Amino acid sequence: MSPTHTDKTYELELKDLRDKLLSMGGKVEAAIAASVRAVTERDGELARKVKASDVEVNRLEVDIDGACRRLLALRQPAASDLRFITTALKIVTDLERMGDLAVNIAERAIELAQAPPLVPLHDLSSMADMVEAQLKKALDAFVERDPVKAEEVMRGDDLVDALYLKLFHELLQLMMEESRAIRRATALMFTAKHLERFGDHAINLAEMVVYMVRGTDVRHPRSREVAK
Amino acid sequence: MSPEPKMRVEALQAWFNNRHVLHDVTIDVPAYSILAVIGPSGCGKSTFLRCLNRMHELVPGARAGGGIFLDGENLYARGVDPVRLRRRVGMVFQRPNPFPTMSIFDNVASGLKLNGWKGNLSEVVERCLHQAALWDEVKDRLRHSALSLSGGQQQRLCIARALAVEPEVLLMDEPASALDPIATAKIEELMHELKERYTIVIVTHNMQQAARVSDTTAFFYLGELVEAGPTEKIFTNPREQRTEDYVTGKFG
Repeated sequence: MSPTHTDKTYELELKDLRDKLLSMGGKVEAAIAASVRAVTERDGELARKVKASDVEVNRLEVDIDGACRRLLALRQPAASDLRFITTALKIVTDLERMGDLAVNIAERAIELAQAPPLVPLHDLSSMADMVEAQLKKALDAFVERDPVKAEEVMRGDDLVDALYLKLFHELLQLMMEESRAIRRATALMFTAKHLERFGDHAINLAEMVVYMVRGTDVRHPRSREVAK
Repeated sequence: MSPEPKMRVEALQAWFNNRHVLHDVTIDVPAYSILAVIGPSGCGKSTFLRCLNRMHELVPGARAGGGIFLDGENLYARGVDPVRLRRRVGMVFQRPNPFPTMSIFDNVASGLKLNGWKGNLSEVVERCLHQAALWDEVKDRLRHSALSLSGGQQQRLCIARALAVEPEVLLMDEPASALDPIATAKIEELMHELKERYTIVIVTHNMQQAARVSDTTAFFYLGELVEAGPTEKIFTNPREQRTEDYVTGKFG
C-alpha cells in the first residue's frame, strides 16, 4: 500500500484488523505445534494447555468478524481495502477451524498418553513441521502482500498429502496385524488427517492472499472452466 | 454494453484562458447506460461534462479542442448549432433551478414553448412528470408554483423539464448533492429507470453514489482521465495506482 489513508483513524482501524489477524495466526501456529508435540512426547498437560488456549482464538474470531462488519458498514471500503476486509472475513474462519484441529489433536494426545506407545512418530512430527511452515508462510505472504510466496504455499501441499497417505497405509497395516492396536492407531490416523486438513486450510489462506493482492480469484480453476 | 457508443470523446482538450484544464481525454460513452465521472475538486470533471453539450464555451475565455462525437457526428464541427445540440444533450444541475415564477406545469412545458412546439402540451407534461417519478406527487397541483415543492421534488421537476425536449443524453452535475438521503435515493432510482431510454453521464463527488448508480466509472485527476472501466472493477480492483488511492481515500 503506497500512501496512507487521509483519514488516520481509518488507517489505524485497518492496521488493528491486520494485527488481530496476525495475532490469531500466531496463536494457531503455536497451538498446532504444541498439540503434535503433546502427541509425540505423550504430554497430557501440554495437550490440556492447547485446549484451554483455543478460547483466545475463538474470541479473536468474534472480534475480527465484528471489526470487519464495522469497517464495511461505516467506511464503505473500496478496492484493495475492500479486498483486504473480505479476505479477513474469510481467512478468520479458516484460522478458527485450524485452531479447532489443534484442539482435536490435543484430545487425541490426552487419549494416547494414557496408553502404551505404539510406533515411532517422526512422520507425524514431519507433517506437523510442514503444515506449520505452510501456515507461517501464508501469514507472511499476507503481511508482505506477496502473491508469489502465497503461490509457493499453494504448491507446497503435495508433500503433506504424500506423507499423510504413507502414514495412513502404515497404520492400516498395523491395525490389520494387531487388533489391540486399533484404538491407538485410529487416534494417530485422526491426528494425521487433522494435520492434512490443517494444510488444506493454509492453502485456502494463500489463495485468499493472492485474491487480496491481485484481485483475481485463483480458487477452483476447474469449476470456472466448466462455467465458461 | 452496446457495441456502438452513444458519444465518443477523442483527444479532448479544454482551457480557461491560458489554463489548460483537460488534457487529451479519450473515452466512449456507452449508449443506454450510466457513466459516472469522479475525481477530486479541480480535476476537470465538470468541465468535461460541460464540453459534452458545448456549455463549456459559454464561459468567457473558455475553449475546447479535440473531438466529441454524438452518434458519429462531431459536435465541434463547423455548422453545428449548439442550441439544437443542447436539446439532444440535456443537463441537470447541482442545485434544483426551476423557473421560480412559473407553475409546475409551465416549468416542464417551458422548453417546448421556447421551441415553438405545437402539440398537446398536457400530454407531454404528464409523460415527463411520470418519467421523472413526480406525477403522483404533483398531479393535483400542476398550477402551483414550482417553489412550493421540496428540494428533491424540485430536482425531479428539473429532470422532467430536461426530458420534455426529448434529449438523447442527460448530463447530471452533482444532481443529488443538495438533497437528503431519501430524495437522493429517489433520484438514483429514477436514473436506473431513465437509462432504459437515455444515455446518462453523472458527475459526482460521492463515490458511493457513483458505485451505486453507474455502469461505467471514469476517474479524473489533474485534468487527465486516469482510468475508465466497469464500475465494479474500478471499486474492487482498479488498474491504476492513482485510482486505487482515490477510491480508498488516500489523497496524499
